[in-house]
Amino acid sequence: MNKVTLSGVDMTYVNKSGEIPALVDIFLNIKTEEFVSLLGPSGCGKSTILSLIAGMLRPSKGQILIDGEPVIGTSPKVGYMLQHDHLLEWRDIRRNTYLGLEVRGLADKEHCRHADELLIRYGLGGFMNRYPSELSGGMRQRAALVRTLALEPEVVLLDEPFSALDYQTRLTLEEEVATILKQEHKTVILVTHDIAEAIAMSDRIIVLSARPGTVKAEYTIELSGKNNSPFAARQAPEFREYFKEIWSVLEEGHATVR
Amino acid sequence: MQQSVKKKSHFYSGWLRRGAVSEIHGEYLEQIRKREIMIVTYQVLIGLIFLVFWEIGARMGWIDPFITSQPSKVLETIVSLFNSGKLWIHIWTTVWETAVGFLLGTVGGSLIAILLWWSKWVADILEPYIVILNSVPKVALGPVFIVWLGSGTPAILMMALAISVIVTVMMVFNGFNEVNPDTIKLMHSFGASRQQILAKVVLPATFPTMIAALKVNLGLSLVGTIVGEFLVSKEGLGYLIVYGGQVFNMSLVMASVIILCIVAALLYYSVTFLEKRLIHWK
Ligand SMILES: Nc1ncnc2c1ncn2[C@@H]1O[C@H](COP(=O)(O)OP(=O)(O)OP(=O)(O)O)[C@@H](O)[C@H]1O
Ligand SMILES: [Mg+2]
Repeated sequence: MNKVTLSGVDMTYVNKSGEIPALVDIFLNIKTEEFVSLLGPSGCGKSTILSLIAGMLRPSKGQILIDGEPVIGTSPKVGYMLQHDHLLEWRDIRRNTYLGLEVRGLADKEHCRHADELLIRYGLGGFMNRYPSELSGGMRQRAALVRTLALEPEVVLLDEPFSALDYQTRLTLEEEVATILKQEHKTVILVTHDIAEAIAMSDRIIVLSARPGTVKAEYTIELSGKNNSPFAARQAPEFREYFKEIWSVLEEGHATVR
Repeated sequence: MQQSVKKKSHFYSGWLRRGAVSEIHGEYLEQIRKREIMIVTYQVLIGLIFLVFWEIGARMGWIDPFITSQPSKVLETIVSLFNSGKLWIHIWTTVWETAVGFLLGTVGGSLIAILLWWSKWVADILEPYIVILNSVPKVALGPVFIVWLGSGTPAILMMALAISVIVTVMMVFNGFNEVNPDTIKLMHSFGASRQQILAKVVLPATFPTMIAALKVNLGLSLVGTIVGEFLVSKEGLGYLIVYGGQVFNMSLVMASVIILCIVAALLYYSVTFLEKRLIHWK
């Protein structure tokens, strides 16, 4: 079952100095509950792909489908998480997680209770009445994840959500987020610059070329003894093979740019 | 302290070391508290020396008290103003004119800033006018306001408003534009309308800037009010100062200036107090 489909998508930005082709002829099929990572050089259009799927941008050409229906605007079916948590510092954690619900007009008892449950389930129960400045980076990003999940999206888009964290926190959070998203049966698209992170977390990796972005290579990741744990995945014997392979493909890209 | 050395918790002892949790902490606390005491002492000392020299200088004839007045006369004047019951009327007049001016300036300026944020189109069109208005010395418009509004309270309020409103527009509008674009992107991903983005993100994020504008405006509106009172009024501290100058009663001028300083400081601290109460998440 295809959850998200991009068929023949072009995206061209226009500004004063002219046209900037960001994406050319992108075809992608992402299956229900699949975890897919997008890797590629800086500026190749990874964030653009996420914005298109989120319905925040219109493609210049081609079509984007979710559950077989064309995307015409933002929808509660899609949740978007950015590099920084963007928690509002004047709201406590609980009211931060209600933000999306409020905007969507869904901040009723039932939905708010669900958000509270998610906070408790993911270890933030004791911090519901704290302000973001009192939380560590990892906890803040977890709260941001709960804010996304509170809207019960079916597709979750992650744009380098771990890149602002220190290494230790990053590994821990990768593990937690992967577990949470599997538990909640989400379809996930992760944008990252970190090859190891992509291999450890994903079912499939899509490598994009330098701008204008096109799909350059695709890898289905099969690791022995992975058990959906990114941490365990890093110990798998196949891990290094994937790493070397993807590294060399990305390097090629660098060479052609120069 | 010498006595308590034997006690286990000797580092708690001594008023300067109160609250210490260890020997080093106690020493540290003692050090910074001594420093604070010294600073306050010097601050008071400078003021006192100034007053003493002023008084002695006037009495010994080093300076001419007819031009400079002297502390004892100033104090006398304040007491007699107070006893005549007129002091409160003057203070109250200046305070409410300033308060109305700076509240109108802050609220009005913020509303205009919201309009500019709402429509980039309007903002771009008005930009040169705002820059020009900002650089005009508003005091120069005093005569214009008097012709338009008559020589009375409305002209004073207009002066206080004019002097604070444009600064507020610029401060608050800049604050709006400093809101992280990615936070707004996040709101867009929830499908938020412009109004929701304004109410849930932009306004609360800029709230501290608005309070900062309030502080700046307080000073500016006070200038506007005093200048307005110089020009037209029959009441208020500005009027007292001008009147004192006209009849060459320097004690009255100095007394009024000192009262004005105290009023300004009290107004400033009340806004600071408000700020602490309102911005509780930091
Ligand atoms: N609003 C815009 N107007 C003009 N050009 C844009 C705009 N947004 C993005 N671009 C350009 O489109 C290209 C793709 O941008 P995008 O942000 O999708 O890249 P990215 O792969 O996410 O990069 P990074 O890894 O640095 O996050 C970039 O070269 C960028 O300069
Ligand atoms: Mg990006």
